[in-house]
Amino acid sequence: MSTETFRFSKSLKNLNALLIIIPMILLFVGVYGGLMQTLFRAGIIQSDPFMGGDYYKGLTIHGVLNAVVFTTFFAVALANALIPFSLKKALNSKMAWTSGILMLVGSVMAGFMMLIGEATVLYTFYPPLKAHPLFYIGLTLLVIGSWVAFASYIPMYLSWRKENPDKKTPLAVVGMLTTFIVWFIATLAVAVEILFMLLPWSLGLVDEINVMLARTLFWMFGHPLVYFWLLPAYVMYYSFMPKLADGKLFSDMAGRLVFMMFVVFSVPVGTHHQYMDPAIGSQWKLLHGVFTFAVALPSLITAFTLAASLEYAGRKRGGKGLFGWITKLPYFDKEKWFFSYLIAGLVIFIFGGISGIVNASYQMNTVVHNTAWIPGHFHLTVAGPVLLAFLGGSMYLIHQFLSKPVKMKGWTLSVPYIYTIGVFIFSWGMMRGGLLGMPRRTNTGASYANPDSVLYQPDWMPYIDISVVGGVIMFIAIVIYIVAFFATVFAKSESTEEEAVITFPISEPLHDEPSTWLRNFKPFIIITAILIILSYTPVIYDVVTSTYGGSLPYSPDSPVPLR
Amino acid sequence: MDKSEKIALGLSGFMLLIFFGGIMYAAIAEDIEVPTCITDMEPFATDTLFQTGPDTYELQMVARMWAFQPSEIRLPVGSTVDLYLTSQDIMHGFKIEDHNLNLMAIPGAINYMRVTFDKPGTFLFACHEFCGAAHHTMAGRVIIEERSESAETAGGV
Repeated sequence: MSTETFRFSKSLKNLNALLIIIPMILLFVGVYGGLMQTLFRAGIIQSDPFMGGDYYKGLTIHGVLNAVVFTTFFAVALANALIPFSLKKALNSKMAWTSGILMLVGSVMAGFMMLIGEATVLYTFYPPLKAHPLFYIGLTLLVIGSWVAFASYIPMYLSWRKENPDKKTPLAVVGMLTTFIVWFIATLAVAVEILFMLLPWSLGLVDEINVMLARTLFWMFGHPLVYFWLLPAYVMYYSFMPKLADGKLFSDMAGRLVFMMFVVFSVPVGTHHQYMDPAIGSQWKLLHGVFTFAVALPSLITAFTLAASLEYAGRKRGGKGLFGWITKLPYFDKEKWFFSYLIAGLVIFIFGGISGIVNASYQMNTVVHNTAWIPGHFHLTVAGPVLLAFLGGSMYLIHQFLSKPVKMKGWTLSVPYIYTIGVFIFSWGMMRGGLLGMPRRTNTGASYANPDSVLYQPDWMPYIDISVVGGVIMFIAIVIYIVAFFATVFAKSESTEEEAVITFPISEPLHDEPSTWLRNFKPFIIITAILIILSYTPVIYDVVTSTYGGSLPYSPDSPVPLR
Repeated sequence: MDKSEKIALGLSGFMLLIFFGGIMYAAIAEDIEVPTCITDMEPFATDTLFQTGPDTYELQMVARMWAFQPSEIRLPVGSTVDLYLTSQDIMHGFKIEDHNLNLMAIPGAINYMRVTFDKPGTFLFACHEFCGAAHHTMAGRVIIEERSESAETAGGV
């Protein structure tokens, strides 16, 4: 382990602990919702035994809390720790608290509206289904909070650059800044959607909304959102994983190239979620498909670089022959419990990546669009490598900030492996059912999976049941994790200090290239802006010119508009 | 960058190019496309099916909370259908089992895809975008018959 440390004030220590503990509670509410979804879909339950309400309310809570709230909090918490640590500069305490409070207030507002059933619109909140205005305001505050955090990192980065003109910015900082640059650009689109379209319409200030335009803006945000989830996991893979395995990062330049490619190609790809939509020319859909393939490239480079780093580590640990190094990695070393979260996620991501390329492949999307294949796919990405890396990262951060020993290390270590078994079973059931035409976002238990219904689909049943088995195993893994996490939180502190002294396992590079052209974000951000304008101008033009009329708001409970 | 890293990068790019070639082949040689802009059609609010040639039909279909109109489509085997779809209220989704037809039904826009039914049978179409409390009951069937004199629909207006 690196002996390098950084000291956080008591106030920032408390803030960061809060930013990890509160989302963990929200994550658990969402995960509970996830278990209920699988039971609903199989027809085992008809209403939620604890939170009340139907499948769709639970699904909204599951999506928003797990995919939006938990991930945003973790990205901020990791950056709040890793950027000051790497640059040896203190965080701006006022800005950090402002961002934390905005995010907490926003999440509680959105969460409350979902819980009382005033925002059953799923996490995509497509109009003309209307949620309570406080739901949109809550999400806006969450996003603004994360912007404040981002704004506090920029001066730290710029002054470090000024003081160290000849040095490369630490890779972890490049990765975290990439995360927030992608997030900032993406959230501009959803900010336009919410502030200029959804919110005034939901408040009744305007009557009608252009549904296709709102949907297009959503996906302009919705796909880069995927990289906002993935990038903090990549930071941990590149910076921590080789070190945890006693190795080195195979190539420093590959890491920098990957992050810059994410800056460039994350945004002009959103229309690949709309291949089956009207009012967008197919040639522009194809263009977004090409950029989607371009953004697959950094993930393929990552696969090679990480495998090469692990091979180096495995050989140093005594691995012989072509594949002998694979057996020598610290999969079951209790002192290296963090490694299991990263390696299990990487294995899951192989299948998440392959299924993602299927989705991105233009006409092939016809077969899988909006079928259960899609949640099968993204549980192998956001609920696979991203979730596991974030859980490992949360445990590591809380252990560091509170100076408490990680409890139940054996169980903590085994969580990713149990979860991996569960998610493979779950996703296989969903994807296989999806290929038969089983829709996503559908309470199959009340119709297609109900033997008494005229819509009963017996050939879907095995796959629905398999996803229940997988879902239960995933849930058990998360329960074990939550117990270990709170055992750690409430453990006896190892330090008598009020402040927190933090360290991270930062990997050294094996091949350390100067890579001068990858040192500055500016040219890449300019290319990004050009690509966004080129790829989205024709799409927005098509949407605006080939749609007609506007839509009044609807509640999910009635086919009659609300006004 | 290490030589092996460059080889890996080159091979990854090459693989993606092959995939892209597959997409272009399917689009150009096999004419398998995704929906595009439809601007030459008047908005419609009711469903209609009519024959446009010996084996060709045009179907205008409407999705609303919580039914497709028509909800049952009977056609002879070998029929090719120009299918236009719109929504009267909120978003819906439409996919015919075992066929390469998958469309979003969105209010304020007309969606289009062509589909050929070359085997007899009953094929489910289930709404695949969340459309409210009874979304899971929004479904219908295409019934492709071995020999039939004319096409008909049921469950429409």
